[in-house]
Amino acid sequence: MKKSFTKDQYSKYVEEVSPKSKLFTNVLKAFLVGGIICDIGQLFINLLKSKGLDSDAVSSITSIIMIFLAALLTGLNVYDEIGKFAGAGSIVPITGFANSVVSPAMEFKSEGYVLGMGAKMFIVAGPVIVYGICSSIIAGIIHYLIT
Amino acid sequence: MAEKHIGKQTVFLKNPPSIKATASFVGPKEGKGPLKNDFDYIIPDELWGEDSWEKAESKLVREVFAKVLQKAKLTNDKIDYVLAGDLLNQCIAANYGLRETEVPFFGLYGACSTMAESISIGSLVVEGGFAENIVCMTSSHFCSAEKQFRFPLELGSQRTPTAQWTVTGSGAVVLSSGGAGPYIKHITTGKIIDLGITDANNMGAAMAPAAADTIFAHFKDTGLQPDYYDLIVTGDLGKVGKQICQEILKSNGLDIESRFNDCGVMIFDAETQDTHSGGSGCACSATVLAGHIYKQLTQGNLKRVLFVATGALMSPISSQQKESIPGIAHAVAIHRTLN
Amino acid sequence: MTYLSAFIVGGIICAIGQILIDKTKLTSARILVVYVVAGVVLASLGIYQKIVDIGGAGATIPLTGFGYNLAKGVFRDVDETGLLGAFTGGFKAGAAGLAAAVFFGFMMAAIFKPKAKK
Repeated sequence: MKKSFTKDQYSKYVEEVSPKSKLFTNVLKAFLVGGIICDIGQLFINLLKSKGLDSDAVSSITSIIMIFLAALLTGLNVYDEIGKFAGAGSIVPITGFANSVVSPAMEFKSEGYVLGMGAKMFIVAGPVIVYGICSSIIAGIIHYLIT
Repeated sequence: MAEKHIGKQTVFLKNPPSIKATASFVGPKEGKGPLKNDFDYIIPDELWGEDSWEKAESKLVREVFAKVLQKAKLTNDKIDYVLAGDLLNQCIAANYGLRETEVPFFGLYGACSTMAESISIGSLVVEGGFAENIVCMTSSHFCSAEKQFRFPLELGSQRTPTAQWTVTGSGAVVLSSGGAGPYIKHITTGKIIDLGITDANNMGAAMAPAAADTIFAHFKDTGLQPDYYDLIVTGDLGKVGKQICQEILKSNGLDIESRFNDCGVMIFDAETQDTHSGGSGCACSATVLAGHIYKQLTQGNLKRVLFVATGALMSPISSQQKESIPGIAHAVAIHRTLN
Repeated sequence: MTYLSAFIVGGIICAIGQILIDKTKLTSARILVVYVVAGVVLASLGIYQKIVDIGGAGATIPLTGFGYNLAKGVFRDVDETGLLGAFTGGFKAGAAGLAAAVFFGFMMAAIFKPKAKK
């Protein structure tokens, strides 16, 4: 063709003509759903506290309950529908972490229980553990050196 | 001495092969779209009785192959070759779907351009006198494509406005020497074109320059004008890519707007079916050609069609290595009659 | 009042994630990584504890809270056992969440099948 784009010109042009995400409504939905999920967590925290459990147990049990609920909703094919609506509102809470563990495990079950489901369970969430643990160890070493 | 080669990228078929029959099966979502009445069969659910998406896609290939033979009134032993491919790693949908056919098989990979690629090569083989009947076909499946190229189905993520929806289905055509048409008159083979798009959720933009390049080359090589065709139809550029392709051609002095459409735009109703930029996948152009367009051609509503299937030639590995997405497009000129 | 502050703090943390997704095209896996590391860093700087004091579950339920939890565990173990604690604290603090994710992940995947989106 006679007239063609350079890569830079083309990516600018594509940026211009491609429709944008509706940022405001997306952020509002994320805020609302994220807030609701956190309030559900708060409900369990308050309940468990009223039973006289210490704060470590309360936070651990709350995590377990929230992860169970998200895993169940993922299994029932509901969590992805919530995610479609809420975006980060259901990705960022610990329930989103649970969803990112359960969904590949379900998807790759067809390749077997060991190399499919077992091995691929952490293809999305694995990096969270890698980076979370590594950064916490570095933080711990720094903490050790300065105290 | 390539006397049938005209221009740089086009061949002219002196004894044009004709499309003897077509068949198309689609998934439930496509079966609710605007073209639902043009398909042969709408499968009841995405697994269709199989225990994985991949096996369901192979079953689509198997059943569509059987259907197109039945419609062409041919048996397996009358088919000289089958040319097929799909999106899955090592083209397993075609390999397993055609495993029991006992027909000589060429596996092709052209990503979503596979339908035009297989018709191109099939036409050359038939016109060259190497075969009497050839089946050209391809398939794609929303779930197997998501699994391989994007994320697990149950992961709660959002699709961007430029994202496209992989069509579940399979389409096939039988090409024969002689026959009563429609005929394949010209083939323009595309080059790999990469303008540096890396966003896998904007495939239309990645493929649009390749489509524009092939369409431009077709008119340059043949000396024809866009109004020669009733329909110039790209494979799966979607709304965004279609607009870009049209603009690129316009800036090169080729106005195709009045007769331009895209299978990815046609197959879904973007408003009610939440498919964002439109359909994609090998089966997008294959089922629209084998269903809707073929019907229009045989009914006489369309006389000349330039079918330009488009493909994005990346893999999950190349995307993770931050490579951009190369595009390709192959054009096939289909005429209702020999004149 | 705890519900209101949890709602607002949790909502804001999620809203920031949405802005990151829409503006930078980060995938959800990357968002989760960014959040957990941010939690560790903010906890180390003593900032996240203040957010937890205000927001309660609104700060501990988002994945930044997981990072905060890891850092808190590491600091506690370092203070008790020295350098060894940098290696033991994180997994100890995250044990309940990680074990639950693995176990329930296994259970649910064994029982249920993925379904095509509509």
